[in-house]
Amino acid sequence: MNRNEIEEKVRNFLIEDLEIDEEKITPDALLKEDLGIDSLDFVDIVVIVERNFGFKIKPEEMKGVDTYSKFCDYIETKVN
Amino acid sequence: MRRVVITGMGIWSCIGTSIEEVKESLYNGKSGIGIEEERLRYGYQSGLTGIVPKPQLKGLIDRHLRRGMSEEAEYAYMAGRQAFEMAGVDEEYLLNNEVGCIFGNDSSAKPVIETAKLMEEKHDTELLGQSYIFQSMNSTINMNLSTIFHLKGVNFSVSAACASGSHSIGLGYMLIKQGLQDMVLCGGGQETNFYCMASFDALGAFSKNMAEPAKASRPFDRDRDGLVPSGGGAALVLEDYDHAVARGAHIIAEVLGYGFSSNGTQGISQPSDDGCVRAMRRAMDDAGVEPSEIDYINAHATSTRQGDMVEATAIDKLFHGTKALISSTKSMTGHECWMAGASEVVYSLIMMQHNFVAPNINLENCDEVSGKLNLARQTVDTEVNLVLSNSFGFGGTNSALVIRKFE
Repeated sequence: MNRNEIEEKVRNFLIEDLEIDEEKITPDALLKEDLGIDSLDFVDIVVIVERNFGFKIKPEEMKGVDTYSKFCDYIETKVN
Repeated sequence: MRRVVITGMGIWSCIGTSIEEVKESLYNGKSGIGIEEERLRYGYQSGLTGIVPKPQLKGLIDRHLRRGMSEEAEYAYMAGRQAFEMAGVDEEYLLNNEVGCIFGNDSSAKPVIETAKLMEEKHDTELLGQSYIFQSMNSTINMNLSTIFHLKGVNFSVSAACASGSHSIGLGYMLIKQGLQDMVLCGGGQETNFYCMASFDALGAFSKNMAEPAKASRPFDRDRDGLVPSGGGAALVLEDYDHAVARGAHIIAEVLGYGFSSNGTQGISQPSDDGCVRAMRRAMDDAGVEPSEIDYINAHATSTRQGDMVEATAIDKLFHGTKALISSTKSMTGHECWMAGASEVVYSLIMMQHNFVAPNINLENCDEVSGKLNLARQTVDTEVNLVLSNSFGFGGTNSALVIRKFE
Protein backbone atom coordinates (compact mmCIF):
# COMPACT_ATOMS: atom_id res chain seq x y z
CA MET A 1 0.00 0.00 0.00
CA ASN A 2 1.54 3.32 -1.04
CA ARG A 3 1.60 6.52 1.01
CA ASN A 4 -1.22 8.17 -0.94
CA GLU A 5 -3.53 5.22 -0.39
CA ILE A 6 -2.73 5.20 3.33
CA GLU A 7 -3.33 8.93 3.69
CA GLU A 8 -6.60 8.72 1.79
CA LYS A 9 -7.88 5.99 4.12
CA VAL A 10 -6.74 7.81 7.26
CA ARG A 11 -8.27 11.10 6.11
CA ASN A 12 -11.50 9.30 5.26
CA PHE A 13 -11.95 7.73 8.66
CA LEU A 14 -10.94 10.91 10.48
CA ILE A 15 -13.62 12.79 8.52
CA GLU A 16 -16.31 10.09 8.38
CA ASP A 17 -15.95 8.19 11.67
CA LEU A 18 -14.47 10.85 13.92
CA GLU A 19 -16.21 13.80 12.22
CA ILE A 20 -13.06 15.91 12.17
CA ASP A 21 -13.14 19.01 9.94
CA GLU A 22 -11.21 18.33 6.76
CA GLU A 23 -9.33 21.64 6.89
CA LYS A 24 -7.89 20.78 10.29
CA ILE A 25 -6.15 17.70 8.91
CA THR A 26 -2.66 18.95 8.02
CA PRO A 27 0.65 17.06 8.25
CA ASP A 28 1.67 18.80 11.47
CA ALA A 29 -1.76 18.72 13.12
CA LEU A 30 -1.49 17.40 16.68
CA LEU A 31 -3.82 14.44 17.18
CA LYS A 32 -5.01 15.49 20.63
CA GLU A 33 -4.76 19.26 20.66
CA ASP A 34 -5.62 20.09 17.03
CA LEU A 35 -7.84 17.21 15.95
CA GLY A 36 -9.53 16.74 19.35
CA ILE A 37 -8.84 13.00 19.51
CA ASP A 38 -9.21 11.85 23.12
CA SER A 39 -8.33 8.61 24.90
CA LEU A 40 -11.73 7.03 24.17
CA ASP A 41 -11.29 7.88 20.46
CA PHE A 42 -8.06 5.88 20.49
CA VAL A 43 -10.07 2.84 21.62
CA ASP A 44 -12.14 3.24 18.45
CA ILE A 45 -9.09 4.00 16.29
CA VAL A 46 -7.66 0.56 17.17
CA VAL A 47 -10.84 -0.99 15.71
CA ILE A 48 -10.88 1.25 12.63
CA VAL A 49 -7.21 0.64 11.84
CA GLU A 50 -7.67 -3.11 12.17
CA ARG A 51 -10.62 -2.93 9.76
CA ASN A 52 -8.81 -0.71 7.22
CA PHE A 53 -5.24 -1.92 7.41
CA GLY A 54 -5.47 -5.42 8.86
CA PHE A 55 -3.23 -4.99 11.90
CA LYS A 56 -3.74 -4.11 15.54
CA ILE A 57 -2.16 -1.00 17.01
CA LYS A 58 0.07 -1.69 19.99
CA PRO A 59 -0.03 1.21 22.47
CA GLU A 60 3.71 0.95 23.17
CA GLU A 61 4.44 1.50 19.46
CA MET A 62 2.39 4.70 19.49
CA LYS A 63 4.76 6.53 21.83
CA GLY A 64 5.88 9.75 20.16
CA VAL A 65 3.17 9.45 17.48
CA ASP A 66 1.51 12.79 18.13
CA THR A 67 0.81 14.29 14.70
CA TYR A 68 -1.24 13.27 11.66
CA SER A 69 1.92 12.83 9.63
CA LYS A 70 3.63 10.62 12.25
CA PHE A 71 0.47 8.56 12.54
CA CYS A 72 0.53 7.90 8.78
CA ASP A 73 4.26 7.08 9.04
CA TYR A 74 3.47 4.52 11.73
CA ILE A 75 0.79 2.86 9.61
CA GLU A 76 3.09 2.87 6.58
CA THR A 77 5.77 1.07 8.57
CA LYS A 78 3.31 -1.52 9.81
CA VAL A 79 1.59 -2.32 6.49
CA ASN A 80 4.73 -2.53 4.43
CA MET B 1 -45.20 18.18 52.03
CA ARG B 2 -44.52 20.11 48.86
CA ARG B 3 -46.72 20.09 45.77
CA VAL B 4 -45.30 18.60 42.58
CA VAL B 5 -46.17 20.01 39.17
CA ILE B 6 -45.34 19.27 35.55
CA THR B 7 -43.91 22.18 33.59
CA GLY B 8 -42.64 20.48 30.44
CA MET B 9 -43.18 17.40 28.33
CA GLY B 10 -41.71 15.81 25.23
CA ILE B 11 -42.40 12.80 23.06
CA TRP B 12 -40.76 10.79 20.28
CA SER B 13 -43.08 8.00 19.21
CA CYS B 14 -44.65 6.06 16.38
CA ILE B 15 -47.65 8.44 16.39
CA GLY B 16 -45.56 11.58 16.23
CA THR B 17 -42.31 13.26 17.18
CA SER B 18 -43.74 16.51 18.54
CA ILE B 19 -46.55 17.33 20.97
CA GLU B 20 -48.59 18.88 18.14
CA GLU B 21 -48.22 15.88 15.82
CA VAL B 22 -49.08 13.44 18.62
CA LYS B 23 -52.13 15.51 19.54
CA GLU B 24 -53.42 15.17 15.96
CA SER B 25 -52.80 11.40 15.97
CA LEU B 26 -54.53 10.91 19.32
CA TYR B 27 -57.51 13.03 18.36
CA ASN B 28 -57.91 11.30 14.99
CA GLY B 29 -57.28 7.79 16.27
CA LYS B 30 -54.28 7.29 13.99
CA SER B 31 -52.27 4.09 14.36
CA GLY B 32 -48.46 4.10 14.26
CA ILE B 33 -48.15 0.36 13.66
CA GLY B 34 -46.45 -1.20 10.65
CA ILE B 35 -44.42 -4.22 9.61
CA GLU B 36 -40.64 -4.56 9.85
CA GLU B 37 -39.69 -7.25 7.35
CA GLU B 38 -36.31 -7.65 9.03
CA ARG B 39 -38.05 -9.21 12.05
CA LEU B 40 -39.56 -11.93 9.88
CA ARG B 41 -36.22 -12.68 8.21
CA TYR B 42 -34.63 -12.79 11.66
CA GLY B 43 -37.13 -15.40 12.78
CA TYR B 44 -39.89 -13.56 14.63
CA GLN B 45 -43.40 -14.97 14.61
CA SER B 46 -44.70 -11.43 13.99
CA GLY B 47 -43.21 -8.54 12.03
CA LEU B 48 -45.61 -6.01 13.56
CA THR B 49 -44.09 -3.07 15.42
CA GLY B 50 -44.53 0.63 16.04
CA ILE B 51 -42.63 2.47 13.31
CA VAL B 52 -40.52 5.07 15.11
CA PRO B 53 -38.47 7.56 13.06
CA LYS B 54 -34.75 7.67 13.85
CA PRO B 55 -33.61 11.06 15.20
CA GLN B 56 -30.87 12.91 13.31
CA LEU B 57 -28.48 13.88 16.07
CA LYS B 58 -25.47 14.81 13.96
CA GLY B 59 -25.20 18.56 14.28
CA LEU B 60 -27.34 18.58 17.45
CA ILE B 61 -24.86 16.86 19.77
CA ASP B 62 -21.08 16.77 19.63
CA ARG B 63 -19.64 13.42 18.55
CA HIS B 64 -17.91 12.90 21.88
CA LEU B 65 -21.25 13.11 23.68
CA ARG B 66 -23.14 11.17 21.02
CA ARG B 67 -20.96 8.09 20.68
CA GLY B 68 -22.23 6.36 23.84
CA MET B 69 -25.90 6.81 23.01
CA SER B 70 -28.06 3.75 22.52
CA GLU B 71 -31.15 3.89 20.33
CA GLU B 72 -33.42 4.47 23.33
CA ALA B 73 -31.11 7.16 24.69
CA GLU B 74 -31.46 8.99 21.37
CA TYR B 75 -35.25 8.84 21.58
CA ALA B 76 -35.19 9.94 25.22
CA TYR B 77 -32.83 12.80 24.40
CA MET B 78 -35.22 14.15 21.74
CA ALA B 79 -38.09 13.97 24.23
CA GLY B 80 -35.97 15.52 26.99
CA ARG B 81 -35.01 18.45 24.74
CA GLN B 82 -38.66 19.16 24.02
CA ALA B 83 -39.57 18.90 27.70
CA PHE B 84 -36.85 21.29 28.85
CA GLU B 85 -37.73 23.72 26.08
CA MET B 86 -41.39 23.72 27.06
CA ALA B 87 -40.43 24.21 30.71
CA GLY B 88 -38.26 27.19 29.79
CA VAL B 89 -35.16 25.43 31.05
CA ASP B 90 -32.10 26.32 29.00
CA GLU B 91 -28.43 25.37 29.06
CA GLU B 92 -27.55 28.20 31.40
CA TYR B 93 -30.22 27.14 33.89
CA LEU B 94 -28.95 23.56 33.84
CA LEU B 95 -25.38 24.70 34.43
CA ASN B 96 -26.35 26.78 37.45
CA ASN B 97 -29.01 24.66 39.16
CA GLU B 98 -29.40 21.15 40.50
CA VAL B 99 -31.67 19.17 38.20
CA GLY B 100 -32.17 15.42 38.55
CA CYS B 101 -32.89 12.68 36.04
CA ILE B 102 -34.77 9.39 36.48
CA PHE B 103 -35.67 7.30 33.43
CA GLY B 104 -37.35 3.97 33.04
CA ASN B 105 -35.55 1.44 30.85
CA ASP B 106 -35.24 -2.31 31.03
CA SER B 107 -33.08 -3.43 28.12
CA SER B 108 -30.52 -2.39 25.58
CA ALA B 109 -30.36 -5.49 23.44
CA LYS B 110 -28.72 -4.26 20.23
CA PRO B 111 -25.33 -3.20 21.67
CA VAL B 112 -25.29 -6.28 23.92
CA ILE B 113 -25.87 -8.61 20.97
CA GLU B 114 -23.42 -6.77 18.71
CA THR B 115 -20.77 -6.99 21.44
CA ALA B 116 -21.36 -10.73 21.78
CA LYS B 117 -21.16 -11.23 18.00
CA LEU B 118 -17.87 -9.33 17.78
CA MET B 119 -16.41 -11.29 20.69
CA GLU B 120 -17.40 -14.58 19.05
CA GLU B 121 -15.65 -13.44 15.87
CA LYS B 122 -12.56 -11.64 17.20
CA HIS B 123 -12.02 -13.03 20.70
CA ASP B 124 -10.39 -9.72 21.56
CA THR B 125 -11.94 -6.94 23.63
CA GLU B 126 -9.52 -4.43 22.13
CA LEU B 127 -11.49 -4.73 18.90
CA LEU B 128 -14.84 -3.77 20.43
CA GLY B 129 -14.38 0.00 20.52
CA GLN B 130 -15.48 2.29 23.30
CA SER B 131 -19.19 2.86 22.63
CA TYR B 132 -20.77 -0.44 23.55
CA ILE B 133 -20.34 -0.22 27.31
CA PHE B 134 -22.21 3.10 27.50
CA GLN B 135 -24.91 1.85 25.12
CA SER B 136 -25.48 -1.58 26.58
CA MET B 137 -26.32 -0.93 30.23
CA ASN B 138 -29.90 -0.46 31.39
CA SER B 139 -28.92 2.96 32.73
CA THR B 140 -27.81 4.06 29.24
CA ILE B 141 -30.49 6.75 29.05
CA ASN B 142 -29.59 8.22 32.41
CA MET B 143 -25.85 8.20 31.89
CA ASN B 144 -26.15 9.83 28.47
CA LEU B 145 -28.79 12.45 29.26
CA SER B 146 -27.17 13.48 32.53
CA THR B 147 -23.89 14.02 30.71
CA ILE B 148 -25.35 15.82 27.69
CA PHE B 149 -27.60 18.11 29.76
CA HIS B 150 -24.95 18.66 32.51
CA LEU B 151 -27.35 17.48 35.23
CA LYS B 152 -26.25 17.66 38.85
CA GLY B 153 -29.13 16.11 40.79
CA VAL B 154 -30.44 12.60 41.37
CA ASN B 155 -29.30 10.25 38.61
CA PHE B 156 -30.44 6.64 38.28
CA SER B 157 -32.68 4.42 36.17
CA VAL B 158 -35.72 2.37 37.01
CA SER B 159 -36.06 -1.16 35.65
CA ALA B 160 -39.55 -2.43 36.27
CA ALA B 161 -40.54 -4.06 33.00
CA CYS B 162 -43.55 -2.36 31.38
CA ALA B 163 -44.13 -0.17 34.45
CA SER B 164 -40.61 1.36 34.34
CA GLY B 165 -41.67 4.73 32.88
CA SER B 166 -44.51 5.15 35.36
CA HIS B 167 -42.37 4.33 38.40
CA SER B 168 -39.78 6.86 37.19
CA ILE B 169 -42.41 9.60 37.45
CA GLY B 170 -43.55 8.27 40.83
CA LEU B 171 -40.02 8.36 42.20
CA GLY B 172 -39.33 11.86 40.85
CA TYR B 173 -42.60 12.98 42.43
CA MET B 174 -41.63 11.53 45.83
CA LEU B 175 -38.17 13.13 45.80
CA ILE B 176 -39.62 16.56 45.04
CA LYS B 177 -42.51 16.14 47.47
CA GLN B 178 -40.06 15.35 50.26
CA GLY B 179 -37.94 18.39 49.46
CA LEU B 180 -34.90 16.44 48.25
CA GLN B 181 -35.05 17.83 44.70
CA ASP B 182 -36.61 20.92 43.10
CA MET B 183 -36.66 19.65 39.52
CA VAL B 184 -36.33 16.18 38.00
CA LEU B 185 -36.47 15.14 34.35
CA CYS B 186 -38.47 11.89 34.39
CA GLY B 187 -39.43 9.60 31.55
CA GLY B 188 -38.88 6.39 29.72
CA GLY B 189 -37.22 5.00 26.62
CA GLN B 190 -37.74 1.88 24.56
CA GLU B 191 -35.58 0.50 21.77
CA THR B 192 -37.31 -0.72 18.57
CA ASN B 193 -34.52 -2.51 16.70
CA PHE B 194 -35.20 -6.02 15.45
CA TYR B 195 -33.00 -7.64 18.08
CA CYS B 196 -34.78 -6.25 21.08
CA MET B 197 -38.07 -8.15 21.12
CA ALA B 198 -37.05 -11.64 19.99
CA SER B 199 -37.32 -13.18 23.44
CA PHE B 200 -40.68 -11.48 24.03
CA ASP B 201 -41.90 -12.69 20.62
CA ALA B 202 -40.93 -16.17 21.81
CA LEU B 203 -43.84 -16.10 24.26
CA GLY B 204 -46.30 -15.97 21.36
CA ALA B 205 -47.77 -12.85 22.95
CA PHE B 206 -47.56 -10.66 19.84
CA SER B 207 -50.40 -10.08 17.39
CA LYS B 208 -49.91 -11.82 14.05
CA ASN B 209 -52.51 -9.74 12.23
CA MET B 210 -49.99 -8.64 9.63
CA ALA B 211 -52.68 -8.24 6.96
CA GLU B 212 -54.01 -5.17 8.78
CA PRO B 213 -51.26 -3.59 10.92
CA ALA B 214 -53.40 -0.62 12.01
CA LYS B 215 -56.01 -3.03 13.36
CA ALA B 216 -53.60 -5.39 15.10
CA SER B 217 -53.52 -3.68 18.50
CA ARG B 218 -57.07 -3.94 19.88
CA PRO B 219 -57.10 -3.69 23.66
CA PHE B 220 -60.34 -4.82 25.32
CA ASP B 221 -61.67 -6.23 22.03
CA ARG B 222 -62.99 -9.76 22.10
CA ASP B 223 -61.10 -10.70 18.93
CA ARG B 224 -57.63 -9.41 19.87
CA ASP B 225 -54.76 -11.80 19.19
CA GLY B 226 -51.90 -10.21 21.13
CA LEU B 227 -49.95 -7.02 21.67
CA VAL B 228 -47.81 -5.08 19.20
CA PRO B 229 -44.36 -4.05 20.46
CA SER B 230 -43.39 -0.43 19.98
CA GLY B 231 -41.07 2.18 21.46
CA GLY B 232 -39.58 5.65 21.49
CA GLY B 233 -38.94 8.19 24.21
CA ALA B 234 -41.03 10.30 26.57
CA ALA B 235 -39.96 12.93 29.10
CA LEU B 236 -41.54 15.19 31.70
CA VAL B 237 -40.14 18.03 33.76
CA LEU B 238 -41.38 17.54 37.33
CA GLU B 239 -40.93 20.49 39.63
CA ASP B 240 -41.72 21.80 43.06
CA TYR B 241 -44.79 24.08 42.80
CA ASP B 242 -43.22 27.06 44.59
CA HIS B 243 -40.06 26.66 42.53
CA ALA B 244 -42.07 26.71 39.31
CA VAL B 245 -44.03 29.78 40.39
CA ALA B 246 -40.86 31.59 41.49
CA ARG B 247 -39.23 31.20 38.10
CA GLY B 248 -42.45 32.07 36.27
CA ALA B 249 -42.87 28.71 34.58
CA HIS B 250 -46.11 27.68 32.89
CA ILE B 251 -47.65 24.85 34.90
CA ILE B 252 -49.37 22.13 32.88
CA ALA B 253 -50.60 19.80 35.61
CA GLU B 254 -50.03 18.59 39.14
CA VAL B 255 -48.95 15.08 40.11
CA LEU B 256 -51.32 14.30 42.96
CA GLY B 257 -50.62 10.70 43.74
CA TYR B 258 -48.43 7.67 43.10
CA GLY B 259 -49.41 4.12 43.92
CA PHE B 260 -47.42 0.93 43.59
CA SER B 261 -47.82 -2.70 44.46
CA SER B 262 -46.53 -6.14 43.71
CA ASN B 263 -48.92 -8.95 42.90
CA GLY B 264 -47.43 -11.50 45.25
CA THR B 265 -48.94 -14.28 43.19
CA GLN B 266 -47.31 -17.16 41.37
CA GLY B 267 -46.55 -16.87 37.67
CA ILE B 268 -43.99 -14.36 36.44
CA SER B 269 -46.17 -13.15 33.57
CA GLN B 270 -49.47 -13.52 35.38
CA PRO B 271 -51.36 -10.30 36.09
CA SER B 272 -53.51 -9.88 39.21
CA ASP B 273 -56.63 -7.77 39.61
CA ASP B 274 -55.91 -7.51 43.33
CA GLY B 275 -52.42 -6.10 42.60
CA CYS B 276 -53.88 -3.58 40.11
CA VAL B 277 -56.58 -2.52 42.60
CA ARG B 278 -54.01 -1.99 45.36
CA ALA B 279 -51.84 0.24 43.14
CA MET B 280 -54.80 2.31 41.93
CA ARG B 281 -56.24 2.61 45.44
CA ARG B 282 -52.89 3.71 46.87
CA ALA B 283 -52.47 6.35 44.15
CA MET B 284 -55.96 7.76 44.79
CA ASP B 285 -55.45 7.69 48.57
CA ASP B 286 -52.16 9.53 48.15
CA ALA B 287 -53.94 12.05 45.91
CA GLY B 288 -56.86 12.38 48.30
CA VAL B 289 -59.41 11.71 45.57
CA GLU B 290 -62.31 9.27 45.19
CA PRO B 291 -62.89 7.07 42.13
CA SER B 292 -66.02 9.12 41.41
CA GLU B 293 -63.85 12.20 40.76
CA ILE B 294 -61.64 10.62 38.04
CA ASP B 295 -62.51 11.86 34.54
CA TYR B 296 -60.27 9.59 32.50
CA ILE B 297 -58.37 6.36 33.00
CA ASN B 298 -55.49 5.67 30.65
CA ALA B 299 -55.54 1.89 30.90
CA HIS B 300 -52.44 -0.25 30.71
CA ALA B 301 -54.37 -2.73 28.48
CA THR B 302 -51.88 -4.08 25.95
CA SER B 303 -54.21 -6.16 23.77
CA THR B 304 -53.57 -9.53 25.38
CA ARG B 305 -56.61 -11.46 26.54
CA GLN B 306 -55.40 -12.24 30.05
CA GLY B 307 -53.88 -8.82 30.81
CA ASP B 308 -56.84 -6.83 29.48
CA MET B 309 -59.41 -8.93 31.32
CA VAL B 310 -57.58 -8.72 34.64
CA GLU B 311 -57.24 -4.94 34.36
CA ALA B 312 -60.88 -4.60 33.29
CA THR B 313 -61.90 -6.60 36.37
CA ALA B 314 -59.79 -4.34 38.60
CA ILE B 315 -61.13 -1.14 37.05
CA ASP B 316 -64.71 -2.42 37.32
CA LYS B 317 -64.18 -3.13 41.03
CA LEU B 318 -63.20 0.48 41.73
CA PHE B 319 -64.99 2.46 39.05
CA HIS B 320 -68.26 0.65 38.38
CA GLY B 321 -70.97 3.24 37.77
CA THR B 322 -68.61 6.25 37.85
CA LYS B 323 -68.20 8.86 35.12
CA ALA B 324 -64.59 7.93 34.25
CA LEU B 325 -64.01 7.38 30.54
CA ILE B 326 -61.46 4.67 29.78
CA SER B 327 -59.21 4.01 26.81
CA SER B 328 -55.94 2.32 26.04
CA THR B 329 -53.79 4.50 23.80
CA LYS B 330 -51.83 1.33 23.04
CA SER B 331 -54.55 0.69 20.45
CA MET B 332 -52.76 3.38 18.41
CA THR B 333 -49.17 3.25 19.66
CA GLY B 334 -48.75 -0.44 20.34
CA HIS B 335 -47.07 -1.38 23.58
CA GLU B 336 -44.25 1.06 24.23
CA CYS B 337 -43.03 -1.23 27.01
CA TRP B 338 -40.35 0.37 29.24
CA MET B 339 -41.41 3.82 28.07
CA ALA B 340 -45.18 3.28 28.14
CA GLY B 341 -45.81 4.53 31.68
CA ALA B 342 -44.19 7.86 30.82
CA SER B 343 -45.53 8.29 27.27
CA GLU B 344 -49.07 7.57 28.43
CA VAL B 345 -48.82 10.39 30.96
CA VAL B 346 -47.75 12.66 28.08
CA TYR B 347 -50.74 11.44 26.01
CA SER B 348 -53.08 12.07 28.96
CA LEU B 349 -51.67 15.57 29.47
CA ILE B 350 -52.24 16.34 25.79
CA MET B 351 -55.89 15.25 26.20
CA MET B 352 -56.17 17.47 29.30
CA GLN B 353 -54.80 20.47 27.47
CA HIS B 354 -57.07 20.02 24.46
CA ASN B 355 -60.25 18.79 26.15
CA PHE B 356 -60.71 15.36 24.63
CA VAL B 357 -60.41 11.69 25.43
CA ALA B 358 -58.50 9.74 22.79
CA PRO B 359 -60.27 6.69 21.42
CA ASN B 360 -59.58 3.05 22.14
CA ILE B 361 -59.46 2.26 18.43
CA ASN B 362 -60.25 -1.20 17.06
CA LEU B 363 -62.72 -1.90 19.85
CA GLU B 364 -65.51 -3.55 17.89
CA ASN B 365 -66.80 -6.18 20.31
CA CYS B 366 -66.22 -6.13 24.04
CA ASP B 367 -65.57 -9.32 25.96
CA GLU B 368 -67.57 -10.33 29.02
CA VAL B 369 -65.54 -8.08 31.34
CA SER B 370 -64.64 -5.07 29.18
CA GLY B 371 -68.36 -4.76 28.36
CA LYS B 372 -68.83 -3.48 31.92
CA LEU B 373 -66.44 -0.56 31.37
CA ASN B 374 -67.15 2.98 30.19
CA LEU B 375 -64.78 2.65 27.22
CA ALA B 376 -64.27 5.49 24.73
CA ARG B 377 -64.56 3.81 21.33
CA GLN B 378 -64.45 7.14 19.52
CA THR B 379 -62.83 10.45 20.40
CA VAL B 380 -64.87 12.22 23.06
CA ASP B 381 -64.75 16.01 23.28
CA THR B 382 -64.89 16.65 26.99
CA GLU B 383 -63.04 18.36 29.79
CA VAL B 384 -60.39 16.15 31.34
CA ASN B 385 -59.36 17.43 34.74
CA LEU B 386 -58.39 14.37 36.71
CA VAL B 387 -56.55 11.38 35.21
CA LEU B 388 -55.49 7.98 36.46
CA SER B 389 -52.74 6.30 34.45
CA ASN B 390 -52.07 2.58 34.94
CA SER B 391 -48.91 0.60 34.18
CA PHE B 392 -48.23 -3.02 35.00
CA GLY B 393 -45.25 -5.26 34.32
CA PHE B 394 -43.78 -8.76 34.41
CA GLY B 395 -43.06 -10.04 37.87
CA GLY B 396 -46.20 -8.38 39.17
CA THR B 397 -44.94 -4.80 39.39
CA ASN B 398 -47.78 -2.27 39.29
CA SER B 399 -47.77 1.52 39.16
CA ALA B 400 -50.57 4.09 39.05
CA LEU B 401 -50.39 7.87 38.86
CA VAL B 402 -53.08 10.46 39.55
CA ILE B 403 -52.63 13.76 37.73
CA ARG B 404 -54.78 16.88 37.84
CA LYS B 405 -55.04 19.65 35.30
CA PHE B 406 -53.60 22.90 36.59
CA GLU B 407 -55.95 25.86 36.32
